[in-house]
Amino acid sequence: MGNEKIRISRRKFLKNATMVAGAAFGYAWLKSSQVLLFAAEPKDESLPWYGIVIDIQKCIGCGSCAKACKNENDVPKEPFFFRTWIEQYTVKNDGSVNIVSPNGGIDGFVQTVPTEEIFKSFFVPKMCNHCAKSPCIQVCPVGATYDSPEGVVLIDEKYCIGCRYCVQACPYGCRFIHPVKKVANKCTLCYHRLKKGLAPACMEVCPTGARMYGNLRDKNGELVKFLKEHTTQVLRPHLNTGSKLYYNALSSEVR
Amino acid sequence: MKFYIPPQIPRLAIAFAIFISLFLLLRHFLVPDTFGKYGHYRAASLIDNEQPEIHYSGQEACFKCHQNIEDKKAQDVHSEIHCETCHGPGEKHVISSKAEDIFKPSGREFCGKCHALNAAKLKSAVFQIDLEKHNVGKNCIECHNPHQPWEMKK
Repeated sequence: MGNEKIRISRRKFLKNATMVAGAAFGYAWLKSSQVLLFAAEPKDESLPWYGIVIDIQKCIGCGSCAKACKNENDVPKEPFFFRTWIEQYTVKNDGSVNIVSPNGGIDGFVQTVPTEEIFKSFFVPKMCNHCAKSPCIQVCPVGATYDSPEGVVLIDEKYCIGCRYCVQACPYGCRFIHPVKKVANKCTLCYHRLKKGLAPACMEVCPTGARMYGNLRDKNGELVKFLKEHTTQVLRPHLNTGSKLYYNALSSEVR
Repeated sequence: MKFYIPPQIPRLAIAFAIFISLFLLLRHFLVPDTFGKYGHYRAASLIDNEQPEIHYSGQEACFKCHQNIEDKKAQDVHSEIHCETCHGPGEKHVISSKAEDIFKPSGREFCGKCHALNAAKLKSAVFQIDLEKHNVGKNCIECHNPHQPWEMKK
């Protein structure tokens, strides 16, 4: 067998090899574009596809949202576990930026920069961006975090192994390891409330209506209307996370 | 060409068959039910995420009993603020109807969380006062009705 000659002409061999390579290339190309499509637009059109808007001009930094979130979701009370928190940015006249978030803003804010030094100041509430192409889901080695059919990024607490990859991967710092459960924890957009027809706790209590959620598929809905009428921006757009948390009047100082 | 199978091929095939069936067997027991139904995750986890109990009831639940407060609130600048913004989570109180199960806020610091002067708050977003100058030493609710702030008490 080893001594037998290959009985195939060079022409035929090259033809076959080119066909195989072409088919593999075509398949790979098709497959990758399918993956992209899947990430951008989930299948089930009957369900809402949630997006969030935070209006920085309306936020007064009262901390109601961060407090309500902790109460509603039994988030540990230590001042470094947050599913949502507020940051105060103060741009000084010399161009430097002072960013503070005492206890996530739960106890309110006191302006520490003297008034005459302030160029401008504003609050930025932060929470999970519920990205459509989220880095945290991509790094999970066991499939314990996922994008729900409604576009809400959730955690499977029974399946999470607590490896912390997702905590590192989130460019917005929205995840932490629960000190008791020892698994990843994050904003669920109050999934348990959404399913009961209630607003997420942070949006229920926001006194100025600075936070909104809604169905991005509903082209006549309030959220899409807001996005049409305002110049909104997502955080870190260059990372292509497909963030669905849109900020109105976001200043370039915000990181 | 005579068709010839070297003896190591069947042995390898058997080894592979054993390995693959062991893998499939292990996989059957290790992959949880409903995994992969909608995507690369356990579909049953969606149900798990629905389970937590709510603590905030929403103001519709409040107004079922406190119709008078709804009417009062509607007449003034706090009309858009939901009850639980100030009173905290209300589900326990909705179930028990006991006064001790709901938070009754008071004090200058509490009102100040929204109304204290701060350069970061837009004037159009909230009415702000200087806590260090405005009637120092007095509790806000001595003069203002929190449900109807501009109906001044005597």
